[in-house]
Amino acid sequence: MREKHNEDLAESLTAPRPAPAEPGEVAVEVDGLNLYYGDKQALNSVTLDIERNKVTAFIGPSGCGKSTLLRCFNRMNDLIDTVRTEGEIRLGNKNIFDKDVDVARLRRQVGMVFQKPNPFPKSIYENVAYGLRLAGERKKSVLDDTVEWALKGAALWGEVKDRLHESALGMSGGQQQRLVIARAIAVQPKVLLLDEPCSALDPISTLKVEELIDQLKADYTVLIVTHNMQQAARVSDYTAFMYLGDLIEYDETDTIFTNPGKKQTEDYITGRYG
Amino acid sequence: MNAPDTTAVDINRRGAGSFAEWYASGAPWVWFTGGAVAISAILVIGLLLLIAVRGLGHFWPAPVVVAQYVEPGQAPTPLIAQLGYTETVSSARLESAGIPVDTTQDFYDRRLVKVANRDVYGSDFTYLLDAWIVERSFPEDISVFERLEWGDLFGTLVSVSESGVVVADGAEAWSAFQEHHARARKLYDEIKHIQNGEIGKVNYALEQLRLQQRRYELNDELTPELQGTLEAKRAELNARYATLNAELVELQEAIERDSITVRVQTGATVNVQLAEVVRGYQPNAMGLGEKIGFYFAKIWEFVSDEPREANTEGGIFPAIFGTVLMVLLMSVLVTPFGVVAALYMREYAKQGAITRTIRIAVNNLAGVPSIVYGVFGLGFFVYAIGGSIDDLFYAESLPAPTFGTGGIFWASLTLAILTLPVVIVATEEGLARIPRSMREASLALGATKAETLWKVVLPMSSPAMMTGLILAIARAAGEVAPLMLVGVVKLAPSLPMDGNFPFLHLDRKFMHLGFHIYDVGFQSPNVEAARPLVYATALLLVLVIVLLNLAAVRIRNRLRERYRALEH
Repeated sequence: MREKHNEDLAESLTAPRPAPAEPGEVAVEVDGLNLYYGDKQALNSVTLDIERNKVTAFIGPSGCGKSTLLRCFNRMNDLIDTVRTEGEIRLGNKNIFDKDVDVARLRRQVGMVFQKPNPFPKSIYENVAYGLRLAGERKKSVLDDTVEWALKGAALWGEVKDRLHESALGMSGGQQQRLVIARAIAVQPKVLLLDEPCSALDPISTLKVEELIDQLKADYTVLIVTHNMQQAARVSDYTAFMYLGDLIEYDETDTIFTNPGKKQTEDYITGRYG
Repeated sequence: MNAPDTTAVDINRRGAGSFAEWYASGAPWVWFTGGAVAISAILVIGLLLLIAVRGLGHFWPAPVVVAQYVEPGQAPTPLIAQLGYTETVSSARLESAGIPVDTTQDFYDRRLVKVANRDVYGSDFTYLLDAWIVERSFPEDISVFERLEWGDLFGTLVSVSESGVVVADGAEAWSAFQEHHARARKLYDEIKHIQNGEIGKVNYALEQLRLQQRRYELNDELTPELQGTLEAKRAELNARYATLNAELVELQEAIERDSITVRVQTGATVNVQLAEVVRGYQPNAMGLGEKIGFYFAKIWEFVSDEPREANTEGGIFPAIFGTVLMVLLMSVLVTPFGVVAALYMREYAKQGAITRTIRIAVNNLAGVPSIVYGVFGLGFFVYAIGGSIDDLFYAESLPAPTFGTGGIFWASLTLAILTLPVVIVATEEGLARIPRSMREASLALGATKAETLWKVVLPMSSPAMMTGLILAIARAAGEVAPLMLVGVVKLAPSLPMDGNFPFLHLDRKFMHLGFHIYDVGFQSPNVEAARPLVYATALLLVLVIVLLNLAAVRIRNRLRERYRALEH
C-alpha cells in the first residue's frame, strides 16, 4: 500500500499540471502548496486553478487533506499554532500568504460555511447582519435591505421573514445551515467555501442546500468539500480527487465520474476503497 | 474444549434473598447515597429553623407575670417579670451555689426570668427556681416601658405629670400616657432630625471649610482675601448653628416637660422622663391582633432602626446597609478584574509551563485563610496605599487619617482579592466551554480576534461569569475575620452613604452583620438580652446572602436563556 502510494506520488509529481479541459476565467490559483502540521506533511505540492462562477468539488477519503486545503483559502489554518505552509494561493494575482495581507479583509472576500450549522446565539437578523456590522455598516436601511437580500439569496426569506428577531437557535438544522450561508453571502464575498455543508442535515434539507448551491454559482465561485460522491456529481462543475495529501486528479465532473484518467480515482468512485 | 451447551440456559436468580444478592442489587448504595442527602437536608433545615425560632420569638410581646417568690425560711418577695425558658439543675449544684434547696429532691427546674428595671436591680435577668414562684397572676394594668437607657421598666403606671404637676392618675393615667407619649415622640423625632440632619450638615460644612483653609495654608496660597471669604462663610455657618441650637434647646425644654411615675415590684415608685420612653405597652391587656401588630412593628424596628444600648436594643439597619453596600462594591471591583485576567490567561497567553504555574497559583489563592487577606489588606491597602493617598491628596486633614485607616473601600477591595480566584476559575471554564465553531464562525466573517472575543465569546460566557460572581458573593458576604482588620466597627457614627457630597463615602468605617453577630454574642455586657438578637441577626445575614444570591442567579438564568450554547 505504502509503495503504491509512493509510485502514485512520483507519478503525480511528474505529471503535467492538472487543469480543466476547457479553461474559463480563473478565480483562484493554487501553486505548489505544501502544508505541515508540525513535522507531519498534510498537503503535498498541490497545484490547481479554480474557475470563476463554477462549483468545484473536493472529494477523497477521510484524512486526505481536502478540508485542510479548503481552510487554506481563507487562512483558517492560521488558528492552529503548529501549521506551516509553503507555496502560494493567488486571489486576483495577490498571494494570500503575503505578509501585507489583512486576514480579516481576506475572509470578507472568501466566505466559509462549516460542517455543522453554527449560528450565533442571537436573532436571525443579527446573525445575518453580523458581518456587515463588522465591516462598519451602521445604517438601518442598508442593514435591513442587505439582510433581506442575503436571506432571499439563501432561499430562506419566505420561511423567516415574520420572525427575523427571534433566536436563530429555534430553527431547524437545515434552516440554520441556510442561515449560515446567508450570513456568509451578506458580506458579498468573491469565493464561497463550503466544508461538507450537508453532512449534518437530513435528505430534504440536503436537497434544498444543493439547489441553493446551484443558484449561488451565478454570483460566486463555490468550493465544496464533500464525502458524498453523488452530491459532488450533482452539484459540481469540476471535481478534484485527493488522496493522502496529493491532488490525484482534477477535471470536469463528468469526466471524473464517467472516464477518470487515473486508476486510483476510478477505484475510489467505484467504491473499491476509501 | 467442548462447545458450550446452548440448550441448558440458566438465568434464574441465584440465592434469592441472600445478603450477597441484596448487596449486588445496588440497593445499599441507594440507601447510602440517599441517606447522605437526607442528613444534609435535615442539617440545613434544622439550622434555619433553630435560628428562625430563637430569633423571631424575641419580638413577640410576652405576658408579664405578677407573683411572689418564696425562698424557704425567708419572707416572700414580690415579683413582676417575664418568664423565660427552664432548665433542669441538680440540687447539689444549687446547694453549692448557696440556695437553700431540699437535697432529698434530686432535681429542680430553674427558670430564666426577665425582671427588667436594671436601674433598680442591677441586671435585667435572673435565674429563679420555678417551684418557688407562687401566686402567679397576669393583671392587665401591668405596663412595659422600653427606655432609651437602662432597658425595660416593668410596673404599674401611677400618674402622668407635666412640669412636675400630676395631670392624670388612676384609671385615666394610661390614656394620658399615650397622648403625652405621642407628643414626646414627635418632639424626639424633630430633635433627632435637627441633631443628625441639620446640625450634621453644618458640622460637615464647617469641617470642609477647615480642611479648605488648611489646604490653602499647606500650599501657601492663603491670601488675606481668601481668608476673608472663608471667615465670612464660617461666620454664616456658625450663625446657622446658633439658630439651630436655640431651636434644639427649646425642643429639649418642651420634651422634658412630661414625666411618668411607675410603681415597680418593690413597691417603690420610679420617675421617668417621657423623652426617655421609646414605647409603652400593656402585654397582658393586648388582644391577638394587637400582639401581631406589635410583633411586626418590632421586626420593622429591628431591620430599619439604629442600634441602642451597646447593640442589645433597637435595630441593625446600619449593619444590613454596610453588608449589602460592601458586597456590591466588592462585586463591582472583582468582576471586571477577574474576567479580564481570565480572558488573558485563556485567550492570549501561550498555554505553557508559565501559564500553568500561574493557574495553579490562582487556584491555590482560593485556599488561603481569609485572615491572611485581612493582614495583607491592612498592611498593603490601608497603611501603604491609603497612607500614600493621604499624604498626596488629604494632607490637610493629617494627622487624622482619611484613607490611611480601615474603611468600606479597603474592606471591599480586600474581599475582592479574596474572591478573585473564584471569578477567574469560573470565567476560564466558561471561556473554555464556548464551542470552537462559534469562534470560527466569527473569524470566517472577517472579525479580528478582539472583535470575536467582544461580540461572541464574552456574551456567551457571561453566565459563567455570573456563576463566579455568585460564588464570590456567597463567600464574601459571610466573611468576618479579614473585615475586622480593614474597616468594620462595632458602632459606626454614620452610614457610608448620605446626603453630603460626594454621597458615597468610601473612606468611612461601617457595620457588618457578621461582625455584629460576633460583637453582640460575645462582647456584650448583657448576655441574656443579646442572645435572641444573635439568632435574629444570623437569620437576617442568611436572608441577605440568599437575596443577593437569588438576584445573581436570576440574572444568570436570563443570560443562559439568551446565550444558550448550541447543543447538537
